[in-house]
Amino acid sequence: MAIEVRIPTILRSHTGGAKSVEGAGDTLAALLSDLDAKYPGLRGRLVTEAGGLHRFVNVYVNDEDVRFLGALDAKLSDGDNVTILPAVAGGAFGFAAAAAIVQHSAAQAARRRDPAPAGQR
Amino acid sequence: MARYESLLDACGGTPLVGLPRLSPAVAEGAPPVRLWAKLEDRNPTGSVKDRAALFMVRSAEESGALRPGDTILEPTSGNTGIALAMVAKLRGYRLVCVMPENVSSERVQLLRMYGAEIIFSPAAGGSNQAVAVAKQLSAEHPDWVMLFQYGNEANARAHFETTGPELLRDLPTITHFVAGLGTTGTLMGVGRYLREKVDGIEVVAAEPRYGELVYGLRNIDEGYVPELYDATVLTRRFSVGTRDAVLRTRQLVEVEGLFVGFSTGAVLHAALAVAHEAVKAGRRADVAFLVADGGWKYLSTGAYGGTLAEAEEALEGQLWA
Repeated sequence: MAIEVRIPTILRSHTGGAKSVEGAGDTLAALLSDLDAKYPGLRGRLVTEAGGLHRFVNVYVNDEDVRFLGALDAKLSDGDNVTILPAVAGGAFGFAAAAAIVQHSAAQAARRRDPAPAGQR
Repeated sequence: MARYESLLDACGGTPLVGLPRLSPAVAEGAPPVRLWAKLEDRNPTGSVKDRAALFMVRSAEESGALRPGDTILEPTSGNTGIALAMVAKLRGYRLVCVMPENVSSERVQLLRMYGAEIIFSPAAGGSNQAVAVAKQLSAEHPDWVMLFQYGNEANARAHFETTGPELLRDLPTITHFVAGLGTTGTLMGVGRYLREKVDGIEVVAAEPRYGELVYGLRNIDEGYVPELYDATVLTRRFSVGTRDAVLRTRQLVEVEGLFVGFSTGAVLHAALAVAHEAVKAGRRADVAFLVADGGWKYLSTGAYGGTLAEAEEALEGQLWA
């Protein structure tokens, strides 16, 4: 049973730099145990000693926050997507989205201005 | 009533409009599932933040924290700053805003036009960094008043006392309320009000999923959850990516003629998800979602132009590689 798990930048030291890894488990708790066997220390960054999800960690199953789906007991199925993200202050979405679009447009414009190496023209 | 003594008195009382073309179709004889948009862009400075700004300033005046001529300091990525700048101007205060340096030029121009002073924080730190810089400035200038929207109960109370009652008055059959999760003030205030009044109400948060730059924290422990946030007020919480948000933003203007900012696209994405679930389950639903602002301030991004396929292509690999 394969579940794709997206790893945020700050936790990629545990996954050898991988942005996305695969794991297995029919609950989030089982998935995290499975991942911890392959990527030691990862579970400890997400789950507190008391056994709950870390306050500043958000985990989503198919884009829905697991805290409203049973937290660590949230059920998982083959093909689900799990996304792990740190909690950040909200309210800047328009700019985060806009900045990404502008950066990409600028990169595309630069490519259009200089489409191929000089020798190929 | 459409006559007001001053601009401040014209805050709130925004229209709730049906979206018959975007509401999902149901089988003949099945209970209706309808989408409704609460147009908060129809506030004095064009966003939902006018309500919070007015309530926070009034609350600080009443408590004696804010006196004529005082300086207000606020970490804000835009709308709250613009709203506070207008309120501060009309009530006689100076406003200093701290914001990430990568915000759109429209916001900076608007803030300066309203008379606010701006201090930029490094873009790489996102809004967490803006909060940190504001807290540091506050320590250096103890006489400045930080209203701090992320932790100010008057922010949520504005919605408990105005937005929530307006929604229930205009849509007594409401089953779902969907809004964006930023300071969490809107969802906490409206959510608490509707939970008191409507059995089985669903309070749904749509949280924008930022680019990696915003999440580039060094440590999980540097994360931030707004002091106002109480998870027990919500029933569900969705993370919505930029691509879905932009697609829905365009769909709103193309299908229903509503020109909104990107965060509203994320909210519509979540609203449509719960609406389609209701259709599948054969349940009646009146889903009201909040339009936080119009699209004007985001035009310079170019994200409203071109085809949907181009927008999708432009965003592929940008945030989700």
